[in-house]
Amino acid sequence: MAEEAFEPKIVGFLCRWCSYTGADLAGTSRIQYPANLAGIRVMCSGRVDPTFVVKALNDGADGVLIAGCHPGDCHYSEGNYKAMRRYPMLMNLLEQFGVERERVRLEWISASEGERFAEVVREFTEQIRSLGPLNWQENVAACCEAI
Amino acid sequence: MAKPKVAFYWCASCGGCEEAVVDLAEDILKVVDAVDIALWPVALDYKLKDVQAWKPGEVSVAFINGAIRLSEQEMWVKLLREKCPVVVAFGSCAHLGGIPGLANATSREEILANKYHRSPTVDNPDGIVPQEETHVNGYDLELPKFWKDAKRLDDVIDVDYYLPGCAPPPELIMQAVTAILEDKLPPKGSVLAPEKALCETCPRNDTKPDDMTIESFKRLATSTPDPDKCFLASGFLCMGPATRGGCGERCIRGNMPCRGCFGPTPDALDPGLKILSAIASRGEADTEESSRAFADSLADPLGTFYRFSLPSSMLKRRVTKE
Amino acid sequence: MSKRITIDPITRLEGHGRIEIFLDDAGDVERAFFQVPELRGFETFSLGRPSEEMPRITPRICGVCPTAHHMASTKCLDDLWQVDPPPAAKKIRELAYNLFMMEDHYIHFFFLAGPDFVVGPDAPAAERNILGVIGKVGMEIAGKVIRVRRECRQIMETMMGKVIHPVFGLPGGVSKGVTEDQRTEWLQTADFAVEFAQFALQLFDDVVLKNKDYVALILNDAYAHQTNYMGLVDDQNRVNFYDGEVRVVSPTGEEVSKFAPQEYVDYIAEHVEPWSYVTFPYLKKIGWKGFVDGPDSGVVRAAPLARCNAADGMASPLAQQAYEKMYETLGGKPAHATLAFNWARLVEALGAAERVKELLEDREITSDNIRTEPTATPSEGVGIVEAPRGTLIHHYQTDDNGILTNVNLIVATNFNAAPIAMSVEKAAKGMIKGGVVNDGLLNMVEMAFRAYDPCHACATHSLPGQMPLVATIRDRSGKMIRELRR
Repeated sequence: MAEEAFEPKIVGFLCRWCSYTGADLAGTSRIQYPANLAGIRVMCSGRVDPTFVVKALNDGADGVLIAGCHPGDCHYSEGNYKAMRRYPMLMNLLEQFGVERERVRLEWISASEGERFAEVVREFTEQIRSLGPLNWQENVAACCEAI
Repeated sequence: MAKPKVAFYWCASCGGCEEAVVDLAEDILKVVDAVDIALWPVALDYKLKDVQAWKPGEVSVAFINGAIRLSEQEMWVKLLREKCPVVVAFGSCAHLGGIPGLANATSREEILANKYHRSPTVDNPDGIVPQEETHVNGYDLELPKFWKDAKRLDDVIDVDYYLPGCAPPPELIMQAVTAILEDKLPPKGSVLAPEKALCETCPRNDTKPDDMTIESFKRLATSTPDPDKCFLASGFLCMGPATRGGCGERCIRGNMPCRGCFGPTPDALDPGLKILSAIASRGEADTEESSRAFADSLADPLGTFYRFSLPSSMLKRRVTKE
Repeated sequence: MSKRITIDPITRLEGHGRIEIFLDDAGDVERAFFQVPELRGFETFSLGRPSEEMPRITPRICGVCPTAHHMASTKCLDDLWQVDPPPAAKKIRELAYNLFMMEDHYIHFFFLAGPDFVVGPDAPAAERNILGVIGKVGMEIAGKVIRVRRECRQIMETMMGKVIHPVFGLPGGVSKGVTEDQRTEWLQTADFAVEFAQFALQLFDDVVLKNKDYVALILNDAYAHQTNYMGLVDDQNRVNFYDGEVRVVSPTGEEVSKFAPQEYVDYIAEHVEPWSYVTFPYLKKIGWKGFVDGPDSGVVRAAPLARCNAADGMASPLAQQAYEKMYETLGGKPAHATLAFNWARLVEALGAAERVKELLEDREITSDNIRTEPTATPSEGVGIVEAPRGTLIHHYQTDDNGILTNVNLIVATNFNAAPIAMSVEKAAKGMIKGGVVNDGLLNMVEMAFRAYDPCHACATHSLPGQMPLVATIRDRSGKMIRELRR
């Protein structure tokens, strides 16, 4: 009886000015990378409310990528610094909930870094694959009284 | 014409919500002039059998406080829901899960290990634990089941209104009771408290800079707050920006920061993530290393952001491997 | 086939409870069980929290006595962080604490237990409550009761931020001081409180002591237990609610132990039964001998009468007079009549009122120096206070950063858990005979626990959680041949 192999589901919040454009470049350059990431374009990595990350994990994602411009290059000057400051606090919180820190990544990927984008997705997908599925709601239900 | 009847009941509760009603002081006489109290275990002798005998609708409103933690509490709240046309979740525990909700960051396993291996005073060589069914020399005794998690009232029954606070302040209680008696209630599902964040009415609001930055968080264990300055601006975590107002800022006036007992403002999907977003972005950190140090200066984000609302968080609870 | 009577829920106390009474064929009580069906898990879910948050978390164990937890927790933090508060801070804490003892004792006397005496133990259920009391004593007296509590609680709120779940306790002091204007204004409440406390004792005299039936009830053996007694005492062995050492005396009044908070683990242990969520603390050096009276039983009682028994006297003159009068009527010290706990409660309230006045007359209470900030590395601490309902112990261990790694709480009513079970059973056996059962008699059984002013939210703060299964396999004659446990 063959078991369905686990295919990680990853949600990516990609900033319009740098990272999303970098992802586009990977595409137009026909650089191969796993189809496990579903990209969502946001105007800035600073737009990424921690609620988005948590909602993604709660709704079935096994991993979340936040990608923005390199520090100093933010189109809105300060936005990516907000992302930089929120990230470790969110990780400390998620760890207390029992979510492995490795499941959420913050990366700086510029518009010209198509190959880098692909490499990040490849590496992250494998990392999530080895961590296994998160199955958040199912695992929560197992720790709650069914009434 | 007979006075309308109301009921008060408590689940996994501390009794503070009962005290809050008694704190109406002289006003409680006005309340008992207007209504008959048909159930209030702390003060009146009505029993389960009395409640079971109520005709549906005979008792108009049930104010239920406490989280739901045991099977007996589930039975009671379902009974009250069946009998009463209006049910109000009274206080933080019923509204959001409250402090008992912090148990959702642990597991039964952890609790067992602590109690029997680490408690310095328990003397229990046979490893006895309280059980749902016991037979003692021919007598059959039952205890309700202790659940795996703590739940809010609306996880168990349909709730009409929420009265927030730990405990709800007397003035808010009086407003709610008056609204009920005069039939001037907002739409079903409303929280009976103001909609704006605490900062709006905080006496220290003037000292909160628009472009506030926080260098790192101080601990109340080793630092003392200035009685006149905004806590966040001074480096003390305060839940004010993400917490509903209406409490009279009592903690603030006691020179201690808000811990969020009134719960989130209407727009926040998750109160903890809201405050995280607001304060984290204000850290004075421009490198990954200093961002990490800033985050690490805040001890226990889960227990601080979700002190009263863990069962209401988006992630619901800590997942523990059994 | 034995008949079973269930009182569900018990009422006019803090918390949940059920009494199961089993009758034999003659209709007399064979056994009675006092079960506490509640639990939340404070000792475990506090782990991982910063220690300094405990004075704001632990009051949620009980909203009737939150100040007790707040104060025990704050004192525990002093010990944990190895810091001694400045004198003004201690006085401020003690002021808030004595105001609390007073108003809490009055809520018990007038709202919870009082109705049994003022309206009558077997009055109709609908009248056996505060509203019935108001009806009986009249609006003027009712107005005084409401006023004294309101004034005390308003002062407490101003001092501590909140009265339900105080906030001002910090290791090494408090977050908020007292101004000179407040001190002089509050002295008026102090005077009223002392006057009211004497009035309450007079009321007890008029309504209870002058009623032969009530006195007979109080002295009825169905409500008496010869147990050990415990309470905090000062260096002159006088009752002290805020600080001191724990003193234990035997049923005949000899001192059995005296220990400092940090030593409690050597003197107190907890027994577990499968039929109630509450644990049953007992005196470790004597040992658990079951739910029995006597000097050789580890069962020990706490709270007002027990405190008065364990001490040599009260620390203030009017309370001392009331103390002496009480023992004269009860036939000497120690007194064993459970219902007399209600009397001792009023004596204590007078002592608390006098202490409030004494503290407010001391100008040092308006000092600016209200906190010493800790500098030591924390590891372990114990804090003990006398809560209205008994000795309250908070014990914390932390890592170097002051994050909690271990918490042990033994909470007031816990100490009375075994005595309550014993008192309820004894009262049931005394009140119910020949199968005659009615609401009034059942209430008189409930009065046996009510005298202790139990707080079950306190007593059951924590538990293990896992419900293992015990399967007993019996042969046809009912004899157990095997027991399996999960």
